Amino acid sequence: MRHGSREYGFWSVGIALVLVFAMLPIVWIISLSLKSPATVGDGRFLPAGGNWTLDNYKTLFEGGFSGSPFIHPLINSIAIALISTVIAIVLAALAAYAIARLDFPGKTAILVGALAIAMFPQISTIGPLFDMWRSIGLYNTYPGLIIPYLTFSLPLAIYILVAFYREIPWDLEQAAQVDGATPFQAFRKVILPLAAPGTFTAAILVFIFCWNDFLFAITLTSSNASRTVPAALAFFTGSSQFTAPTGNIAAAAVIVTVPIIVFVLFFQRRIVAGLTAGAVKG
Amino acid sequence: MAEIVLDGVSKRFPDGFEAVKGMDLDVNDGEFMILVGPSGCGKSTALRMIAGLEDITDGTLKIGDEVVNELAPKDRDIAMVFQNYALYPHMTVRENMAFPLKLAKAPQEEVDQKVEEAARILDLTQHLDRRPANLSGGQRQRVAMGRAIVRDPKAFLMDEPLSNLDAKLRVQMRTEVARIQSRLGTTTVYVTHDQTEAMTLGDRVAVMRSGVLQQVGPPPELYDNPVNLFVAGFIGSPAMNFMPAKLRDGTVELPIAEVSLSGEARDRVAGSDGERSVIAGVRPESFEDASRVSGETRERGKTFKAKIDLVESLGAEQYAHFQVQAGQIESEELRELAEDAGAAEVPSSGEGQVVARIDAASKISRGQEVELWVDASKLHFFDPSTGRNLAAS
Repeated sequence: MRHGSREYGFWSVGIALVLVFAMLPIVWIISLSLKSPATVGDGRFLPAGGNWTLDNYKTLFEGGFSGSPFIHPLINSIAIALISTVIAIVLAALAAYAIARLDFPGKTAILVGALAIAMFPQISTIGPLFDMWRSIGLYNTYPGLIIPYLTFSLPLAIYILVAFYREIPWDLEQAAQVDGATPFQAFRKVILPLAAPGTFTAAILVFIFCWNDFLFAITLTSSNASRTVPAALAFFTGSSQFTAPTGNIAAAAVIVTVPIIVFVLFFQRRIVAGLTAGAVKG
Repeated sequence: MAEIVLDGVSKRFPDGFEAVKGMDLDVNDGEFMILVGPSGCGKSTALRMIAGLEDITDGTLKIGDEVVNELAPKDRDIAMVFQNYALYPHMTVRENMAFPLKLAKAPQEEVDQKVEEAARILDLTQHLDRRPANLSGGQRQRVAMGRAIVRDPKAFLMDEPLSNLDAKLRVQMRTEVARIQSRLGTTTVYVTHDQTEAMTLGDRVAVMRSGVLQQVGPPPELYDNPVNLFVAGFIGSPAMNFMPAKLRDGTVELPIAEVSLSGEARDRVAGSDGERSVIAGVRPESFEDASRVSGETRERGKTFKAKIDLVESLGAEQYAHFQVQAGQIESEELRELAEDAGAAEVPSSGEGQVVARIDAASKISRGQEVELWVDASKLHFFDPSTGRNLAAS
């Protein structure tokens, strides 16, 4: 028992340290976002005299859809990340199913190719993409961002899903077929629900990848028509030529973390282990 | 309900391995057919071809007068029980059993009614809203059965459905399966490697070896008239004893004694003249403690002396093991049987070991030299080169 409680204490301290380390920047940026331009540079955690202000948040949304520097990019971010995630998951689910279940020539080549693409340095594609997108009219459009996002997130999603599909007993699918299901019905009603934890894991990772991307967003967009939040932050201006927009950037940074927290919490509840328990014996 | 006809059905895998070779089998309407054989004999492959889960390389397969070679599993109207049950873990017991009906787009009322009825038959009513993960092995097995019977298919296919249950439950479920099948009267093909299941369940039993069908017939026929060494050695527990013998004009020279043939045994070798070497097969129950055999019965056989190595008492009967001086029996089939049973790894088993089933009241004990009796009318004789039963050739 003593040993157990000591171990418990050790882990608690360790976890607390990691939490402090991880949370400090976030807490700090929240603090910054609540300060006025006068106190933002004073290097103190709490503003002098308790002068909290929500001005930074208000200015982000001032001017509505067209006037605000933030609302349109936020909508772009949500839309592009969601569309990319949905397309990536649908394609990856089908591809991973084929790779896990079927024997076809070039299967290994596809997996190796996917891995190679995932490891490819993104920065080296930027120049050519910029030129290509401009000449074929994808520059500064949603598809212009969604396509490169898919390129880099699909391999990841396929890898995760292949691993999950391989865990599902093949007998289940055959049972479904004997029970009268078409191959697609067997996939949709039996395999897909069982692979749900894997699907949600992949969805979270793809979403985070798209949401956080700065490189493609800053290079392949030129206006609020398709600029996402990480890129838009770089274009914030202060209230005058001589003030840095620190407070506004901090406020925007706080806001962009909210959707991702919601997204992760929502899907995390679906990532339950042991979903296939009881399917087969032996 | 329908009959299933396999006509020259073969299965060759892409790597060239031929799992099933030209199999001809007629399963009659409503019949309970057992496919039995050691592991790797192709029985499961044959079943999976009937189900449509494996392509048929050659031959035709008919279910109810319709050639189904090219039909997808879902269009064959058959239900299958898998060895590992293959329940859908994300569905409740009710949803599992309703799944085939839902796919067939049956109206909700009918689905409810049929699931309730199947649950009643299988004693699953109070478990309908639980998930497979929370059920015991026997309950899962019953759910798998339930999923098969709700649909009233043309045929049931069962792939070793009881092999994952523990011994006691297996016996219970065995009677359960037999009861359900006779109640529904649905054509059933049942695959097992357990000869006890085969003997107790089936209307007819088909014995397979290395992809080739050996013999098809009702259990007593397989037991009493096996066509070859393989069937003789596979059916029956403990297995038939084999020993080299010489056949000469109505008498047979066994390593234990010279026996003059009578009754059935004489008929079996009718037509083989002169002297020839054979392999003699003696079922354990064809032996008896000589002191417990009297009168007319005794006349049918011959007594001999044997030194008992071991006595296993099972209460109702006992098994006496003894050694006979015998030459090697060279037979591919027997070697395969021994390998399947794992006997090849036990040095003392095999050559010259004989098991006799004797009356529980007998006072035979280990180490004794006792007088045993062998029933000369119950002997089987096999050709040493082909393994065929002399009676069958």
